[in-house]
Amino acid sequence: MELRKSYFADVRKDDLHEIGQARPRSDSPGHVTGKTAFFADRNFPGMLHLKMVRSPHHHARIRSIDTSEAEKHPGVVKVLTAKDVPHNVYTILILIQVGPEDETVLADGKVRWRGEAVVAVLAETERAAQEAAAKVKVDYEVLPAVFDMEEALKPGAPIVNEYHGQNYYLYDSGECRKVRFGDVEAGFAEADHVLEQSYQSSPIEHAPTETTGCIVVPEGNDRFTCHTNTQAMFFTLDNTSIILQMPGSKLHFVGGTVGGGFGGKVDVIVEPIAILGAKLTGRPVCFVYSREEEMQISSPRAAEKVVIKDGVMKDGRIVARKVTGYTDAGAYSRHSPYGAQKGAGHYPGPYTIPNVWIDTYCVYTNRTPSSAMRGFGVTIGDFALEVQMDKLARLIGMDPLEFRFINAYRDGDMKAHRQPTEGAALIECMQEASRAANWPVAEKYMAMSSYVKGT
Amino acid sequence: MAIRRGRGVAAINYPTGMNLGGDPTQALVHSTPTGNFMVTLSSVDLGQGMKQIMAQICAETIGVPTDRVVVDTADTDTGPHCMGTFASRGTHRAGNAVIQAAKEARQVMLEVAAEELEVNASDLETDGQGNILVKGAPQKSISIFDVALSAHFKRGRSISGRGMFLIPRSYPEKETGAMKPSTCYAHACTVAEVEVDDETGEVTVLTVKNVFEIGRALNPKMVEQQLVGGSWMGISHALYETTEPYYPNRDHGGTDFNQYLMPGPGDLAETEIIVLERPSADGPYGAKGPGEMCANPQIPAVANAVFDAVGVRIDTLPITPERILRALKAQAN
Repeated sequence: MELRKSYFADVRKDDLHEIGQARPRSDSPGHVTGKTAFFADRNFPGMLHLKMVRSPHHHARIRSIDTSEAEKHPGVVKVLTAKDVPHNVYTILILIQVGPEDETVLADGKVRWRGEAVVAVLAETERAAQEAAAKVKVDYEVLPAVFDMEEALKPGAPIVNEYHGQNYYLYDSGECRKVRFGDVEAGFAEADHVLEQSYQSSPIEHAPTETTGCIVVPEGNDRFTCHTNTQAMFFTLDNTSIILQMPGSKLHFVGGTVGGGFGGKVDVIVEPIAILGAKLTGRPVCFVYSREEEMQISSPRAAEKVVIKDGVMKDGRIVARKVTGYTDAGAYSRHSPYGAQKGAGHYPGPYTIPNVWIDTYCVYTNRTPSSAMRGFGVTIGDFALEVQMDKLARLIGMDPLEFRFINAYRDGDMKAHRQPTEGAALIECMQEASRAANWPVAEKYMAMSSYVKGT
Repeated sequence: MAIRRGRGVAAINYPTGMNLGGDPTQALVHSTPTGNFMVTLSSVDLGQGMKQIMAQICAETIGVPTDRVVVDTADTDTGPHCMGTFASRGTHRAGNAVIQAAKEARQVMLEVAAEELEVNASDLETDGQGNILVKGAPQKSISIFDVALSAHFKRGRSISGRGMFLIPRSYPEKETGAMKPSTCYAHACTVAEVEVDDETGEVTVLTVKNVFEIGRALNPKMVEQQLVGGSWMGISHALYETTEPYYPNRDHGGTDFNQYLMPGPGDLAETEIIVLERPSADGPYGAKGPGEMCANPQIPAVANAVFDAVGVRIDTLPITPERILRALKAQAN
């Protein structure tokens, strides 16, 4: 890595003692010698293991659940169903007033995705819990499922989630988050070329070294200590408090170094049910995802579809950009309404375009709920935007890098969401990339600056 | 049939912190009797090194070496509220809270030192080595060790401070979408060079040259580890990963690392990282959050390079050999 100090030297003081110094990480020796303690390194006498009975169907009504055989299985201590969860229907962003509550801790009457948790089994060993889980009998009436976002948005599509009533998240702005800036149709009319293209991504996995999990210990003072690898301590504690209808003062969350997050550990999934198990059994409870659960049960990055329509002039100026983004939330909201909305704030990318129209939708389908992942709301948008930029440059016969200089945002430029640009540095990044990659651009672009003229 | 070479570019920006703000983080700082400093947080270190960075930020602000700062975090019984470690917010939000707390503690420390040296606190400065000196008369000094002892056992002062950072929440205007998503943005430009085997559809990323503008490299070695890791993740996202290979079909999802593909050590591209620093107005020592951004530009850069190599557009992620071969076949027809 190289630090190029020549850029922005006039606005930066490099006279600091500790900042800017490559001090060795204090936790590195522990990591490389195996001494760093992770939550799962703890072992408590009498600790129970929790395993989930999961839906084999994408969408089904639950006619009945029979746990009698499972309860008789050797080593089984407790079997939990929806009726055991005090506030079973929840949504995590309720803490910042983003509702409605739309998800169940344990399925109640219906399952909406393959892998949804239905029954929790607590046993003396992992094996006993797994074997007993296989003995739980759930009678399902399979319902039509919808997997494709376009199909889900059509009239008459099966309703994925009754708490929403339609297969999209209803924002205060309606069926999508909207940004309107200038007159996009006038922009298309004036453009030399109009290009509309569609981009698609697939769900991906966070693939942390350490899978999601927690160990809960009931303490003598009527409190519960939850050793967890959540990325958000109080966010998880406060949601747990709501779900279990338990005062937050009864909960003590202890984290530490997490073996990789990438956004995969900000759903509140393992802690509430493990704490409930510890409360009802009076024993420590361990609930850790298997690798298979981490990959197919834990929320992935949402699949997204992005449709971009651009109006561009022969001289390289983009005069209009219309973006329609679809985020596949799967069966429940989790963080997806937030992610789709983040996209609306991010488009049309780091370019100054006078006419912009943005709609971003959060769509429900019968698949594993998606949620947070490194860059969600932006990552797929950037893929779409930057491939589109390449296509536009080639369409008008311009060098793709030079084309970006022409449109790059600079300090003071008004963004589509009506904030003036501050602290821009796109131009300088491209100038340095031009040098580093030996990708020459015209001298006038190398002479550009992100600063406002005259300052 | 041939191995074809191509090159692609992408330029991006990325907002720091939770979209639309409203995501608080608090910090507490106090000194031990012998002048070491504790930073207490409830933020989570995901392995990216947050504890180390908070220690350096506290040390810089108080004016002591980093090894005199201990960070206690991720315990809800001791640490004040943090919204969490996500949204490229850890360094920015918690760092600002630590600075505020450390400034308050530093002020008490200087007041106690001033009493010991019989000067005004405003005439004092720290040397960064653990001493407090009179400005312009450095021979008149006291160690922070002695100041802390005095505060605890003689003067009855608590060298401590409270910190809080909150960007007020922005609510998007319903019809126009007017809003304030973020207060600062990191930037990147990536150039990727690939080889595509037009017989097998296999893509090899030869080089990635990433230029990142991140506000301030608080610890350059840790910046490097995060940016290199992110760059690898971006390439992996572009070419390999998915839990649903035939999305929206739900079949064939991988359940372990034999089925869920990621590039191994032998697939690593030659990776170059160049860092620019335009300090942000509200960042801790100017830092922005590049944690998420650094995994983004490689995806379109690789996609554009694949087109440059073989002349087909793969607009669906991941860009698998199967998709490339199907596109080549369609093009030939």
